[in-house]
Amino acid sequence: MNTLRIGSGAGYSGDRIEPAVELAEQGDLDYLVFECLAERTIALAQQVRISDPQGGYDPLLGERMHRVLPFVGRLAGRRRLRVITNMGAANPLAAAIEVRRIAAELGLGLKVVAVVGDDVLHALPGEQLLDNGQTVASLGERLISANAYLGVDGILEALRVDADVVITGRVADPSLFLAPQMFEFGWAADDWQRLGRGTLVGHLLECAGQVSGGYFADPGFKDVDDLACLGFPLAEVDADGHALITKVTGSGGRISRATCAEQLIYEVHDPAAYLTPDVTADFSQVGFVEENVDRVRIQGADGRARPEQLKVSVGYLDGWIGEGQMSYGGPGAVARAQLARDVVLKRLELMGVKMQEVRAELIGIDALHGQRSSVEPWEVRLRVAARCEERSEAVRVGNEVETLYTNGPSGGGGASKNVRQVVAVASLLLPRESVKVRIEV
Amino acid sequence: MKLHMLAHSRTGDKGDTSNISIIAYRAEDYPLLCEQLTAERVAEFFAGLRELDAPPVRRYELPSVQGLNFVLPGILRGGVTRSLALDAHGKCLGSALLDLDLITPT
Repeated sequence: MNTLRIGSGAGYSGDRIEPAVELAEQGDLDYLVFECLAERTIALAQQVRISDPQGGYDPLLGERMHRVLPFVGRLAGRRRLRVITNMGAANPLAAAIEVRRIAAELGLGLKVVAVVGDDVLHALPGEQLLDNGQTVASLGERLISANAYLGVDGILEALRVDADVVITGRVADPSLFLAPQMFEFGWAADDWQRLGRGTLVGHLLECAGQVSGGYFADPGFKDVDDLACLGFPLAEVDADGHALITKVTGSGGRISRATCAEQLIYEVHDPAAYLTPDVTADFSQVGFVEENVDRVRIQGADGRARPEQLKVSVGYLDGWIGEGQMSYGGPGAVARAQLARDVVLKRLELMGVKMQEVRAELIGIDALHGQRSSVEPWEVRLRVAARCEERSEAVRVGNEVETLYTNGPSGGGGASKNVRQVVAVASLLLPRESVKVRIEV
Repeated sequence: MKLHMLAHSRTGDKGDTSNISIIAYRAEDYPLLCEQLTAERVAEFFAGLRELDAPPVRRYELPSVQGLNFVLPGILRGGVTRSLALDAHGKCLGSALLDLDLITPT
C-alpha cells in the first residue's frame, strides 16, 4: 500500500453523524475511526451496564453503524473500508453483538471483533494511591469503574484476524488511528520515530471537526465557511508516516495551518513529551505547510520509548450537584440579581442546607472569569450551584432559587432547576504486565 | 493593542489542569508574544480563578507553528467532573486571555 487514507467519524459520543457518512461514502477511505470516549464517559456507561447487563456502550452506536456499514468491507470498485471505534465503552462485547445483529439485518457479511482487557476494576490494589490523594480502598462502594488506557495491541490483533469492524472500550485516542498505520505499513513496536508521526496523525484527527474548521471561527478574525455542513477530516499517510490532513471536496469548514496549529496544542502539556501507551511523542518541532486549499502537510513529529506504566481512569460517585437559575432584565437588572443572590445564600444558611461547596454567580457579569467589565448589561441570569452529599439536600438549592418568584426581588423570570449525581474521575498508574488485552471474535 | 489582534487561541482540559494555546497569525509577531506573554503574566491574569496553592503556570514554546502553550494546574477547581463552574471544562479561558494588552513598537 502506497498511501493509507484514514478518516475521523466522530470527536465525541454525541457528535454529528452525517459528516461520518459523507466520509464513508465519498472519502475513498481505508479506515474510518470513531473516537467517542471522554474522560468520564466510561464511568457513566458503567452505571448503565449495572442496571442493564446488555447495555453500557455508546447510545449512538446503532445509528452510526446503520448509516456507515453499507460502505464497509470489500465492495466492487472501491477501497476496502474498515471501522475502528471505542464505542464499546463499558461493554465492548455487547456492542459487538449489536453490530453483528445490524450487519445481518442489512444483509452484510462482516467480521466484527471486540477488544477487551481495559476494565481493571477488580484488579486494583486497595492500597494504591489516586492522583487526588485518596486510596482505591477509601472509595469503597462509591467506586464504579476503572479502565486502563490500552495502546495499539488489541486492535492490531483484531486487524490480523481480518476484522471489518473493531470495537474497543478504553484505548488511548491516538492509538485508534496509529494501529491501522502500523498494521498496513508493518511498523515495529519500537520504531519510535514512525510511531511518533503516526501518533500525531491520530492526535490531529481524534477530535474530528476540531481540525477542519470546527471550534475555530471568530468572525472578522477567523472566518470559516459553511459550519452547518462541516466536513470531518481525513489523513493521507505514507509508509514512513509522512502525512497530510484534508477533507472531502465540497464539504464545509476549512483546513489551514492555523486550524492544525490549534489542534496540535489542544490538550497537550509538554509538547516534547506527549505520553501514550505506545510511544512518547515529540510534537515540539512540528510545522504545517499548506499545499493547496484544505490540504495541509505535517512535518517534524518524532518519538522516543513508550512509558513503562499505563494510566488508569477511575470513576467514582461523589455526591450530588443541585442548581437553580433565574433571569432579570431592564434597568436595575444587575442590582436585583445581586439582591436575589444574597437572598438565596442567606436562605440556604438559615435552612441549614448541608453543602460541601456552594457557588453563586451572575451569568453575563462574572460567571465565567470573575467580573472583568463594568458595562451594565440589559439582562443577567443568577445561577446558584452547590455540591451536597445527599440528593435530598441538593434538591433544596434549586428550590430556593425558584422561590424567588414570589419572595425575591421584582421581575425575576424563567426559573430553572436541576439535580445531578456527580461521577468524578481520578487516575492512577499500573504496570503494563497487570493489564491483559485479548480479542473476542 | 489587544492580544486578540495578533493571535488566536484554543483551550484544552485534563483533570483539573487547563492548557491554553496562543498562536501568532504572522510569524513576525511571534518574538513579541514570546517576550511579553510570560508564564507570570498569564498567572496574574487568571489570579482570581486559580486555587491559592496551585503549582505554577508553565509555558512551552512551539516555534514551528508560532505558538505558545500555557499549562495552568488547579484552575478547574476539582476538574470537569466535580466542578460547580458554569464552564466546568474551562473552554472559555483562552478567549478571555486574548483581552491582554500588548505594548507594541510605534
